[in-house]
Amino acid sequence: MSQSRHAKDPLAVTPKELSGAQLDELLTIIAGFEGVEGAALPILHAIQSAFGYVPQAAVPILADKLNRSRAEIHGVVTFYHDFRSQPAGQHVVKLCRAEACQSMGGNHVAEVVEAGLGIGMGETTADGRVTLEPVYCLGLCAVAPAAMVDGRVIGRLDEAKAGALIAEVAP
Amino acid sequence: MTLRIFVPGDSGALAVGADEVAAAIAAEAGKQGLAVTLVRNGSRGLYWLEPLVEVETPAGRIAFGPVTPDEVQELVAGLASAPADPSPPGEGPPRSGGGGVGASPEEPHPSQSFARIPSPLEGRDRAAAPFTSHPLYLGPTEDISFLKRQTRFTFARCGVIDPLSLEDYRAAGGLKGLQAALALTPETIVDQVTQAGLRGRGGAGFPTGIKWKTVLAAEGPRKFVVTNADEGDSGTFADRMLMEGDPFVLIEGMIIAGLAVGASHGYIYSRSEYPHANRVMEKALAIAESAGLLGMDILASGRTFTIELRIGAGAYVCGEETALLESIEGKRGQVRAKPPLPAIKGLFGAPTVINNLLTLASVPFILAEGAAAYAAVGFGRSRGTMAVQLAGNIRHGGLFETGFGVSLGELVEDIGGGTATGRPVKAVQVGGPLGAYFPPSLFDTPFDYEAFAARDGLIGHGGIVVFDDTVEMAQQARFAMEFCAIESCGKCTPCRIGSTRGVEVVDRIIAGHDVEADAALLADLCDTMKFGSLCALGGFTPYPVMSALTHFPQDFGIVPPNGRMEAAE
Ligand SMILES: Cc1cc2nc3c(=O)[nH]c(=O)nc-3n(C[C@H](O)[C@H](O)[C@H](O)COP(=O)(O)O)c2cc1C
Ligand code: SF4
Ligand code: FES
Repeated sequence: MSQSRHAKDPLAVTPKELSGAQLDELLTIIAGFEGVEGAALPILHAIQSAFGYVPQAAVPILADKLNRSRAEIHGVVTFYHDFRSQPAGQHVVKLCRAEACQSMGGNHVAEVVEAGLGIGMGETTADGRVTLEPVYCLGLCAVAPAAMVDGRVIGRLDEAKAGALIAEVAP
Repeated sequence: MTLRIFVPGDSGALAVGADEVAAAIAAEAGKQGLAVTLVRNGSRGLYWLEPLVEVETPAGRIAFGPVTPDEVQELVAGLASAPADPSPPGEGPPRSGGGGVGASPEEPHPSQSFARIPSPLEGRDRAAAPFTSHPLYLGPTEDISFLKRQTRFTFARCGVIDPLSLEDYRAAGGLKGLQAALALTPETIVDQVTQAGLRGRGGAGFPTGIKWKTVLAAEGPRKFVVTNADEGDSGTFADRMLMEGDPFVLIEGMIIAGLAVGASHGYIYSRSEYPHANRVMEKALAIAESAGLLGMDILASGRTFTIELRIGAGAYVCGEETALLESIEGKRGQVRAKPPLPAIKGLFGAPTVINNLLTLASVPFILAEGAAAYAAVGFGRSRGTMAVQLAGNIRHGGLFETGFGVSLGELVEDIGGGTATGRPVKAVQVGGPLGAYFPPSLFDTPFDYEAFAARDGLIGHGGIVVFDDTVEMAQQARFAMEFCAIESCGKCTPCRIGSTRGVEVVDRIIAGHDVEADAALLADLCDTMKFGSLCALGGFTPYPVMSALTHFPQDFGIVPPNGRMEAAE
């Protein structure tokens, strides 16, 4: 499907959202999954890792390539907690909010981090530096409470460690 | 002589500084001129001792922990002098409980209060002796009682070998099960698994042999083996540990499953919350492929099996087997109505074995050592071992693989050492977010599917989360409803709407208006969810909620409602 056809489509790409080069990148990513059965999730992960989020513009293109309806693809994107419709901050802080972490004072740590960053769960700081996300279990339940900062795992969080974490991502 | 030193690359160890410790050891060894090979093993599962550093000696591996980078210099200095020093044990008294002083001055070292570490090396090889005076010395790893008391079938190699060395894997007994399976008919493999009494470790405890038999008998141009590695339960980390510590055992188990049912392709569905595990697994798959363990000609047998790793996207419900299949197919993770069973019509409409990761990872042992060896351990209809995961507010949190039947109290108090905070245990949640909260008065319950069900609980994936007396159980009941609301797939009303209403009702109870009436309403709502939900997410959320209400009514400001929750269907 050509780019120009999408550009005319009201539901599709607005030129502002994706540049021509980005569109090419998107198409290259999708093409890389040629022949993979049930490729929607791996493709969406790849798009998010390249763009930092899943651009709205990807939905109709993906629908076309996978021969599915837009509603279906939109449904997939919105069903999973991982996929973002907006770029995240420079740093992503995931705090575990599940039971084992709760039992070790995780709720208090979450309050400390929220207060320190001045944002709530699911929000990004105004300067775009940090996104804070809840996560339900990182498998670090024996070293709870736990967090993941840009993919790096941190266990046995307490106020001091939470403070250091905040200082690191939002100096 | 090059000294082999093991520093876990397991994410539980990384979370408490294992990478920093490994880097410090490498740097310090360089400085002190000690030739060292660093092996990044998996974790032994003794998380309160992580980072647990092990040193190979002629007398076996010696453990030190928990090691901080500050303590590395002294550790390496001790090692540098040890091999060259033939003199008898150092002056320092052997470290037993409560003795040593950690090198970091600002806080007492956690291991100081650890009374259970067995002492030292009486009668051991002398090469190890100079280590014994080190403040973090724990003795031979295998003698640490938390490890020594376990029966490790599935986790036998985890934390021991280099996870990505196929040679290590083979040398430690790996591939024996597959070699055996390659010589058997599919029916015989299925029989072995049946006779071992292996039940699914994902929660429901369904007999694996029966599942495989159904897939074997099902007709289809292709079949699949799917590993459920979507370990989403709070308090569980066994799947993660195994992927990070012994990934080849899963690969071997999946190939055997493929041989048993006639499938030549498999998927591992893991979670995005486990980036480290996924990286190790991905590498292990590539290694297995290039070594001819996976591919068109498995171990030169002419048989084919390939495996793909798929990563979820943060949806708990995708651990439910049919939602998981939908997810691999690229759809929303919505639960399918059963029948048809996945065994008949599963992934892409084909007959599919879908098993928990630990279930499949238990299979190589059964094929290698025989069904009888596996079935000899266990309790009642629960045969073999269970990977119990001790988590939350517990002193000795970690992985404890043991035969079924050990009591909950023994696990929490004796093996786990009670709470980490030192306060009294108030409640333990067993079996993840859908599991019941048990008070200490039920600590005599044996760890076994039927015994837990008889007490309105479930063992699920084997996670035990301990809470001390500061926990407010009404808040935990609220969280259970909230979690269900967040994670509901939305397919059926009792779960989708009921969970949101459930949060509101618990909030009203906590606020203290007309508590008795609202508690009755909550019980009624739980009943509706339990019997009206399509899957266990909505159907089992009543377990944590009702167990909190039943066992801790005072936390809701009420007297106990009469009667107990009925056992699940
Ligand atoms: C909401 C929900 C979440 C589940 N999560 C998991 C999971 O993370 N891992 C797992 O193996 N089974 C999970 N299950 C159970 C699976 O549906 C299924 O019973 C299991 O994978 C079968 O494998 P087994 O027979 O080896 O236990 C979950 C079930 C439900 C209802
Ligand atoms: S109980 Fe909940 S998660 Fe399960 S099918 Fe119904 S809505 Fe989906
Ligand atoms: S509950 Fe927080 S890491 Fe498992």
